[in-house]
Amino acid sequence: MNNCLIKGGRVIDPARNLDEVADVWILDGRIKAVEPNLSPPSDPFLIEAHNQWVCPGLIDIHVHLREPGQEYKEDLESGLTAAVAGGFTAVLAMPNTSPPLDQAPLIAGLRAKAQSLPGARLYLAAAMTRGRLGQELTEYQDLRLAGAKAVTDDGSWVSDSQVMRRVLDYAKVCSLPALSHAQDPLLSKGGAIYEGRMSTRLGLPGIPAQAEEIAVFRDIALVELTGNPVHICHLSTAKAVNLIRAAKAKGLPVTAETAPHYLFLTDEAVGDYDSRAKMNPPLGTIEDQKALREGLLDGTITIIASDHAPHSSLEKEVEFIEAAFGIIGLETSLPLILELTREINLTPSLLVELMSRNPAKLLGLPGGTLTPGGPADITVIDPELEFVYEAAKGYSKSRNTPFEGRKFKGRAVLTLVEGEIRYRYPTLAS
Amino acid sequence: MYSENLAWPKDLIDLDGLSAAHLNAILDAADAFREVSEREIKKVPTLRGKLVVLFFHENSTRTRLSFEIAAKRLSADTLAIASSGSSMAKGETLLDTAKNIEAMAPDALVIRHAAAGAPSFLAKRLRCPVLNAGDGAHAHPTQALLDLLTIRRHKAQIAGLKVAIIGDIAHSRVARSNMIGLKTLGAKIAVAGPPSMMARGLAEEYGAAVFHRPEPALEGADVVIMLRIQLERQSGQLFPGAREYARVYGLNKTRLALAKPEALILHPGPVNQGVEMTPEVYQCPQSLILEQVTNGVAARMALLYLLVDNPEKPKGLSL
Repeated sequence: MNNCLIKGGRVIDPARNLDEVADVWILDGRIKAVEPNLSPPSDPFLIEAHNQWVCPGLIDIHVHLREPGQEYKEDLESGLTAAVAGGFTAVLAMPNTSPPLDQAPLIAGLRAKAQSLPGARLYLAAAMTRGRLGQELTEYQDLRLAGAKAVTDDGSWVSDSQVMRRVLDYAKVCSLPALSHAQDPLLSKGGAIYEGRMSTRLGLPGIPAQAEEIAVFRDIALVELTGNPVHICHLSTAKAVNLIRAAKAKGLPVTAETAPHYLFLTDEAVGDYDSRAKMNPPLGTIEDQKALREGLLDGTITIIASDHAPHSSLEKEVEFIEAAFGIIGLETSLPLILELTREINLTPSLLVELMSRNPAKLLGLPGGTLTPGGPADITVIDPELEFVYEAAKGYSKSRNTPFEGRKFKGRAVLTLVEGEIRYRYPTLAS
Repeated sequence: MYSENLAWPKDLIDLDGLSAAHLNAILDAADAFREVSEREIKKVPTLRGKLVVLFFHENSTRTRLSFEIAAKRLSADTLAIASSGSSMAKGETLLDTAKNIEAMAPDALVIRHAAAGAPSFLAKRLRCPVLNAGDGAHAHPTQALLDLLTIRRHKAQIAGLKVAIIGDIAHSRVARSNMIGLKTLGAKIAVAGPPSMMARGLAEEYGAAVFHRPEPALEGADVVIMLRIQLERQSGQLFPGAREYARVYGLNKTRLALAKPEALILHPGPVNQGVEMTPEVYQCPQSLILEQVTNGVAARMALLYLLVDNPEKPKGLSL
């Protein structure tokens, strides 16, 4: 019944080393064929993609959807809808909800609910430790069978090295990637932004960049000890990039992601106490930004994830020190990285690796490629389409973003999940 | 002496937006207002019918009193909101407070707040001028102005003076605002304190020479500003204790001898005698700590006069 042909687009599929104009034929929710000038026998629904990029569906492995517990900020429906509007066909939601996702029934319940929702596919990370308290392991096997795709205590670092050692050992046994929010909690305690000229000027308590460096170093040491992999979330400093690069050179199974805001903003964005530029980890210096960009190009950082963290004005329109950490990002992530393809030597093919193929590989998800037989999760990008971003017109329930009013060039215009159109940019001709 | 041509900002959040001409104009006006405080009837009608709200969300006795006296000597009505007596204690947010204050249509708001940035948060949301009476570790511009006034009344000019600031620079809004004002007026700044009390980038941000022992900062100083140590909050964390601090950083006669013979001694108060300075130094003729209090009223009168919209504002400074 589902029979569709995306015609004449630039098909970018680094998994198959493909970057050429071709047609993509979708049948019954799966990729049937990817070849130039296809003419399927039956009469397929035609999507004209001339001058557009046809990519495997983008996957954002770091989002906060706030359900259960803080549905006034975001819920599964609004979050998954914002995801497809930003070009993502799947997301990995973090477990720092209320209650935290530390038991199988919570995972199963959310997955069941998401089945009937219209947006992106929902994958869930389970808490690494009970209550996210960093003390006792959760039941990884049970969580995995309920559908969890990773374990993490995101928002906090497991600072007890003995516990983290057990986490890495046991996560490996249960085939769940371990994602670490690497930040020393005592060195960063009470801090609002990174320590530097900006924190001095504003009189705000600072977080030394070493808070990230120390934690990344410890995590890498435990990888060396156990032989088991770790994935470092939202890298934000040059120091941490250097550590990851050195660990990879040694052949250690360490991977890392960064978020678009670290690639574009510095602590100067805080300006006159603008809480929309307050996130954790905080914005770094221009040197940090350069190092992160280099890390993307040389393969040190293999994933871009938004760290979409919705908050309402109740948490944000307050004294800076009291304001919650986090910004939304699902609908600005791809446009920002498209901007990066024009600024530095980040090819469209590398973009697809960073935002689709590598995320799928890390979590063992279907997708990340347009290989025939695979699910028809597809993102069509118009790299030339210009628009002004307004959070109020977006799909997230929250508006906490430092990119409000930014002029973008390029965005997702069509998002298909299992061959079904889940998002279409309003002005796109049908 | 007072230039009519200067454009004034709506608010006084810190001294960073003000030129040397602005600072001198404020100090000139303050000099004139000092005279009002010496009259038998210490009152001028300048702000008659104007409402100045004093919103103190952090304990303060002298700054609040100083602003209140300043407003009253200008004939303004004053209304004090203290955190414990207001709805802030009942969980009202700063945004709610801003909206409620706006609804009362004050002509000026004076705010003291524990959170850095709170005055600028309010300034963006209120039509009336907002005067920062101290926010967290960020800024305390009126304290800096009264310090500048005190220095200027005793020295021919501020440009070229060596000013030593000693103590907890990292957590001091007084130090920050003073460094901005002193830099604008061309003074040379030397700061000293234990490394745990130094912020990053003081040289780049304020042009300050940074020392970890007090002696090199004091050497040849024309002015010494000693900062208050928060004994209750910081002892054991940022320094081992009051006794140790007094030994290494406290201003005594021996250390004071490193400064110029006529060096001025300032302190924002209240002084921990025997810690920041010995009682002997506190009471010596060079110590201007009580004159600072008097000058504080004059500086705050000058600011209210310059920032509060007043159609009856006399031309020049004929009081």
